[in-house]
This record gives sequence, structure tokens and C-alpha cells, in this order.
Amino acid sequence: MTTADIISPALLAACAFPGERLVTPEVVREHNLNQFEYDKILGLLGRAPTLTELGVFSALWSEHCSYKHSKPILRKFPTTGPAVVQGPGENAGVLRLKDGWAVAFKIESHNHPSAVEPYQGAATGVGGILRDVFTMGARPIAMLNSLRFGSLDTARNRYLFAGVVRGVGDYGNCVGIPTLGGEVSFAEGYTGNPLVNAMCVGLLREEQLITARAHGVGNVLLVVGARTGRDGIHGASFASEELSEKSEARRPQVQVGDPFCEKLLLEASLELIHGGYIVAIQDMGAAGLTSSSAEMAARGGVGVQIDTALVPTREPGMTPYEILLSESQERMLVVAEPGRVAEVQAVCARWELGATPIGHVTDDGVFRVAHDGLTVVAIPGQRLVDDAPVYHPEAREAEAAIARRSAAPPARAAASIEGDLRALLDTPTIASKRWVYEQYDSTVQASTALGPGSDAGVAQVPGTSFGIAVTVDCNSRLVALDPYEGGKATVAEAARNIACSGAVPLGITDCLNFGNPEKPEVFFQFREACRGIADACLAFGTPVTGGNVSFYNENPNGAIDPTPTVGMVGLLESLDHRVSSFFRNMGDAIIVLGRTEGVLGGSALWAELDRFVGGAPAPVDLQAERRLQRFLVAAARERLLRSAHDCSEGGLAVALAECAIGGPYAPSGIGATVDLTPHAGALDPQHLLFGEDHGRVVITCSRMQADRVLVLAGEHGVPAVAAGTVGERHGSLVISADRSSWQWPVDELRRIFFDAIPRRLQHVATDAALEA
Amino acid sequence: MVRVAVVRFPGSNCDEDARRGAEQSGAQAYFVWHRDTSLQGADLVVLPGGFSYGDYLRSGAIARFSPIMQAVQAHAAAGGGVVGICNGFQILCEAHLLPGALMRNAGLTFVSKPVDVMVERTDTVFTWAFDRKTPVRLPVAHGEGRFVADAETLARLEGEGQVVLRYLKSSPTTEGNPNGSSNDIAGICNAAGSIVGIMPHPERVVDPRLGSADGLLFMRSLAGVRALSGAAR
Repeated sequence: MTTADIISPALLAACAFPGERLVTPEVVREHNLNQFEYDKILGLLGRAPTLTELGVFSALWSEHCSYKHSKPILRKFPTTGPAVVQGPGENAGVLRLKDGWAVAFKIESHNHPSAVEPYQGAATGVGGILRDVFTMGARPIAMLNSLRFGSLDTARNRYLFAGVVRGVGDYGNCVGIPTLGGEVSFAEGYTGNPLVNAMCVGLLREEQLITARAHGVGNVLLVVGARTGRDGIHGASFASEELSEKSEARRPQVQVGDPFCEKLLLEASLELIHGGYIVAIQDMGAAGLTSSSAEMAARGGVGVQIDTALVPTREPGMTPYEILLSESQERMLVVAEPGRVAEVQAVCARWELGATPIGHVTDDGVFRVAHDGLTVVAIPGQRLVDDAPVYHPEAREAEAAIARRSAAPPARAAASIEGDLRALLDTPTIASKRWVYEQYDSTVQASTALGPGSDAGVAQVPGTSFGIAVTVDCNSRLVALDPYEGGKATVAEAARNIACSGAVPLGITDCLNFGNPEKPEVFFQFREACRGIADACLAFGTPVTGGNVSFYNENPNGAIDPTPTVGMVGLLESLDHRVSSFFRNMGDAIIVLGRTEGVLGGSALWAELDRFVGGAPAPVDLQAERRLQRFLVAAARERLLRSAHDCSEGGLAVALAECAIGGPYAPSGIGATVDLTPHAGALDPQHLLFGEDHGRVVITCSRMQADRVLVLAGEHGVPAVAAGTVGERHGSLVISADRSSWQWPVDELRRIFFDAIPRRLQHVATDAALEA
Repeated sequence: MVRVAVVRFPGSNCDEDARRGAEQSGAQAYFVWHRDTSLQGADLVVLPGGFSYGDYLRSGAIARFSPIMQAVQAHAAAGGGVVGICNGFQILCEAHLLPGALMRNAGLTFVSKPVDVMVERTDTVFTWAFDRKTPVRLPVAHGEGRFVADAETLARLEGEGQVVLRYLKSSPTTEGNPNGSSNDIAGICNAAGSIVGIMPHPERVVDPRLGSADGLLFMRSLAGVRALSGAAR
């Protein structure tokens, strides 16, 4: 029996706030609560809710806060392991590194706000995820992001793209967190519903970990940071409905970020945590004061009593309803022992922040809110959080999706291997994202060992000789065509990227972006993609430590491509082991790892050049992936590798071209001669060069070490073929197979690769003006 | 040991990098808070990068009025060394300790990338450890780094050798001037070389294990500043 069951009705008395509307069926519907849910509320309270209570239920029982459609599926993720310090359920997951260090990390979406107000939507997304990490007691050391837009051929998409990038950059730059990686893709399905997923990675000493559990009856709740305004009211509910023409009217619900205040909040919070001044802390994110206070109380198994009239507001006359549901940014809820309140206030004052007592922890298990002494909310706290409805929607794959897997593209007129590679390097999804990451500070904190543009970013753990590798990945086309294999492929690619840098994959956080889960075909995608992620995580020993579900990503044309973005962290034993992606020295041996069957289903070649998204994607051999990861780490430890680059979109041809093109600030490209005959020479050239089989990596090593590398690969059970030699600067990339040969001057490829996005954005200022 | 005071404004975010860099190079580096009024016997003051007070008005415009800046002004007036990096350079210009101003980048976006620069003057508090004009590669990360000054000031800076750092236009890889600065200026100093402001971040590239130590000699200059003041006297 829980405390929730023994709460007497007398403790649940609450009355309407003067002047507020009556709770009618119409008002219930406006709050996105159905009859089943409303009946549940009546049963839980033993009376009709006040309007304020209805707002509280609406927020906490929204998809965004309650995971009501996803919970049963998410429970199937592996969440334990020797490195797990904190699994799902807290503000961020925490994994053990070494020598007492741990890493806190999480990814979160801010899709809907960014669709209507790209700059603030993206900026506040960064702010929210930063707070999730530093409320664990961790200092943020890296940001990553995963972005999706419609085609850059339309002005609206260019405006959204440029606005989001500026918003992400301005916020993270000001707070002083380096962006170490990310991914950006463009596909028709995201028109009208871009995706903005931000990931933050922070470091802490394991003993500094703090959680968001209110405890200690009589302890004081304080609001720290910005004042509460009328912005973002019902943002969590907004995030839980489909985008439509009416969404533009939601623009005022998008919060406005103040990164300077965030920086102060970061420093103050860490000082409060590390100094032992507080017992718990929680970000006021989605559903603001409501969710932060209710969730802290529920986790701690206690009640809370707050008075909204004590909350500092930006304007007079705000109702308890508005104060409870405001999503004004840069606010924290802190729990402190009564005797330490003055110290907490002194620390905050030093950082120019207010810290205002607004209530205390109680022993009756009730989430109670008063305004000037008038009780307007009295809900059994545990049940408010735990009794959120859970749905098991129907899952059924769409007939069209099944048919798409067995379809083939129309025959291509006069395809040329040379032209196809040039065209692929010119597509914004494959081309260099330099235009994006040059707007993000990637070197602040002076710990960046590998920055954006590499397979994984690497940061030094300050004062140590080891590092953290980080990446975000998702190939949504593969997930759309085959959700299960696509889910596996997403984790496999992330782990390959981490291993290419020389690091051991440790664990993931996921941001599951899907359409409306009440549609059987969408829920099928969700369920199967999650099953794929779970299976891959089990096989790799990389638990899921948390994440975020974003449903209802739809626009008037239908659901987005399913996009379960995976953020992964890895441990790089020594910074000296790190490996970058690009060819380095003339004469180095080029070795291709893995097997090529030449599967073009779901390939970039078909999608980008034939405008055909179809065919069956290659299956993922998880055991082969695991062997590949282990080999890469072993070879890096022996310092055998000069470079390692994952083979993904665009296949071997694009991977080899990217190795030859080199990093963004290399003085030139560097040539190479590659003969793929011993690797898979019998395949048709298009399939050989552009097929997207998984589990493949292009590595280089000195010629002297090539035999050792091949032996080590053999010992790990990884297919490895010496396929060529690195050539000279400004040289050519020459690929041959069987009796054919193709050739590209690398500096030309370099120009194409780096110009593709800037060329399409020449008129971005005009696009913005048209929007305004 | 040289005492280096690193001023922390509430929005400083390169303060720890600067302190660590100076300390690794042998200085005794410590923070002073923007509300403090004393530099605690500093030989040299660093105004680090960041967004001092959020930079909502103009970069560095509010910082110049902070209590600690009165102490910095007095320290500078007495001939003491002052170094401003990025936002610190902007503050030095706003405080009229250096001429000119730093405007929005010509490309209108924040720019974060490595740049090739020439260390043109090597007898300043921030560059004396270089024995000759030297090209180095340093990261920049700023939205307002376009140095501008009137023609007369520019002529004086050039004529008196007050350009400390200049973007290398010829660099094929980093593509020269990242922000449209006049005369490709990346950093300047006062006539004596005791006050220096630069946009790039040498404090971020001081560890060869992370790939580059091109900023090391700047940090060593900080740590050995007494040698210069001795020579200047």
C-alpha cells in the first residue's frame, strides 16, 4: 500500500480560483484530455477538478511528460550494466568512466517550437538539455545536435535551417559549451516539421551526483533564476499534438531564451550542489513548476505544498494556473533544509540570481498549491505522476510500406560512376556541414581533441590523459523502409563512429521522433525501431540511460520519416589513441574492413539521384559489428591506425572520397589509388561503389604495419582486404574494380563537398526577409 | 612568480581556460570577480573571452563600468600589463584602453574556426616569448570581431607598429580574414606594448596532446612578463 491510497478526501479539498472558468466538457477537450482520462481524474480526486487542477493533469498527462503511448515499449530497453551509475528516470543518465569520473548525458527534442519560431525554438532546446545535465551535478563539456529539414530548394526551409543553426549556436556559444559533433539531413518528409534534437554531455565526480528527489519533511522549495512570465504556457501539450496551419498561432507559446542567465544558473547550481547546500534540484522544463515539483515529490514519495503567490513573476496579476504552467526559461526548483536557505540565497545572489522560497515538503503525500493561502490544487502526488494513463495502441505496418521494400527504381539513363559520386557529394545531406559547425564554438574549454567533421567528437577529461568520444546518428530512410533493421543500423552506426575514433562505446541516449502514435502504421514503426535499438544495445553492451520521445511530428502531408536519433558516448583510454577520419600520409596502406554485398535498398544513390526511396535495406549483423568495434579499439590501442572512417550513406565511394577530401582546414585533398577487386570485384560497379551494407570501415596504416593490421583483423574475425595506397596532395582518387577504373581530381571533389551547402544558402538573408 | 589576475565577469566563459593556460606556463594565476575592487597585487591582468554581461547592448559595453574595471584602468595607467582576449579585447576598446572598435562580423554570422595569423610585434606583454615574427594557427570564435577604426587611427597603428596579430590573407586553408577586419587586423596594442587585445584564442591551443601548441608562447609571455617590465624600465 502506498501513501497515495490512504489519503483521506478531507486532505484533497480545493476550490476554484476567483474568476476562473468552469470546467465544462468543452474545457476538458481544450486541455487535450479524453473522457477516459477525465473519468480517471474524477476517480482519483473523488470530486470534479478545479480549472487549475485540470491544467496540471493536462500537462503531466500529456504525451511529452507521461510517455503514455511509449512507456510499455521503452521498458524493453536494456538499462543496466556495470558502467551505469544512473539509468532512465532522472534528468539525465550517468555512466562511469574511470578514476572516479562519470559522464552525464541526454538528448532531447524541441521540434514543435522550432517549426514555428526556429531561432528561439532551437535556442531554448539547447538551454533545456543543458539544465538537464547540470542539475545532475555535472559540468557540461560538449553539445551535439541532430537536425532535419525539408529540401533547401524552398525559401521556407532555408529560413528554418538558418534560423535553427543560429539559435543553437548563439545559446551554446554564450554559455561556453563546445559543440563537438552533429548531423543534418534534408528530406521532403520534414517540410513543415523540422526536427531539432540537442544533446548535452557533462562530467562529474561520481560522488558529486545529485538527484531530483524531494525528501525531508519541512525542507524548503525555492525557485532559482529567471522570473516567471506568461510564455510557453502549455508547451508540453503543444508538443503533444500534430502541427497544422493553426500551429502558427502557437508562436507566443514558444519560450524565449536568455543564455546569459543560463550561464549564471549553471555556475550557481554547480556551486549549490558541490557545496552540499541543497538536497535536490530539478530543471523547470516542460510544464514548468508543475512537473518539476510534482515529479520531485513523487520520486521522493512525499507531498509538497507551494504558494504560487510567492513565485516572482514578470507581470502582476498572473493566476496560479499561469504560474504553474508557464515554461519561462532558465528556472530551477531547489530543495534545501530550512537552516540552509540563507546560504542558498547568498550563493545565488553572488551569481546575480534570485532564490525565493515558495513552499515546503510535506508528509501527507499531497501535491497542494495555494495562492495567497487559498488552496486551488490538492491532488494525490504519487498518483498524479504514476497513474498517468498508459495506452497500448494498435501496431500494423502499412501496405504501402511493405510494397515499397520490394520495389525497384526506374532504370537510369546513362548513369556514370564519376558523375554519380560528384552528384552525391553535392547533396546537402552528404556534403560537408562546415557552414553549420563554423557557427558553433567548438574549441571553448580548451579540451577539444577531435572537433566537428570527424566520425566522432573527442574531448579530454580535464587534467587527465583520457577522453570522451561522442556522436549522434540516425539514418531515417532505413528506419522508414524497415524499422527494425533501421533501429539496429542506427545504434550500429553510432557505435562504429565511436570505435573509429579509437574509443569503446559505453551507452546511449535516444530521441525518438515519430508521427502520431494513434496511427497503427506509425506505432508499428515506433515499436519495431525500438526493438531494433534494444537488440543492438544488448549485443553491444551499451545500455540506454535515458532520452526523450517526440510523437505527433506530422504536418498536413502526413507523418515525418521515423527518426530515432541515437546519441552515444564512449571512453577513449588515452588521448594518444585517438584516430581521425582522413587520409594522412602518402604511401600509407588503405584497408577495407567488412563485407560488401552491394545492397542499394534505401541507399542515398537511389534516394538522392533517382528520387526513389525504396528497396529492402541491408540487414545488420550485430555480432559482426561488435567484432569490428573491438578490432578498431584494439588497433587504436596498438597505435596502428593513421585514419579510420565509417562507411555509411553513399557507400564505399563516398567514404573513400571523404577520406581523400580531408578535414575542413587541410591545405588540400590527398589522392589515393584503390583496387576493390579483391574486396568484392565481382559486383556490378554501381552496387559495389554505392551499396550501403553495414559494418564497413576504411582504415589506413603505415605500409610497414599493414601485415600486422591484417593479422589483428583476422584474430578479431573481421574481414579485411588491403585495397590500395594513399597518394599525393592535390592528386586524384582512382578506384578500380575488375577491369574498370574511375578517377576524380581530389581538389575538385573537395570544392564540391564544401560548396554544396553555402551555394544553396546565398540568398538566405532574402529568405528571412520574405518570412518577416 | 608572476601574478596573473583573470577577471571573471558573470558571463565569462574562457576564464578557466586562460587561468589554466597561464598557470601551466608557470604563472601564479587566480580569478578576481567583477564586483571586486582590488586586483590583489597582480603583475598582469587578463580579460578573458565570453559574454561578460550577456552582451545584450554591445559586446563589452556594460563590462567597462564594472567595479573591477576601475582597478584595471588604474593598473593600466601605472604601466601594468593588461591582456584582452576576444570579449576581453572588446572590453578594452569599449574602455578606451585600446583604440578602435569591434563590430559584427562581415559575414553576419558567428565564426568558429582556426585562422592563420602572423605575430607581427614581439615586444609586448603577450608576445615577448616569440623571438621573431612568426606565423601561428589559432582558433577564433566570435560574432563581433571585425576591427574598425578611423583612417587616422589605422595609420597610427600601422605606423607605430601597434598591430600585434594580423590574419594571413594568403592562407589557402583557413581563407584569411574571417570577419572583414580593417587591414586584416586580429590584435593590437598600445604604444608601449603593455596593453594588448586580440580576437583569436591562444589559451585554447596549449597542449600538443590535443593537436596543437601554437598558443603556448603567448601563455609563456604572460608568465614571464616581469622580464619585459624590467627591460622596459
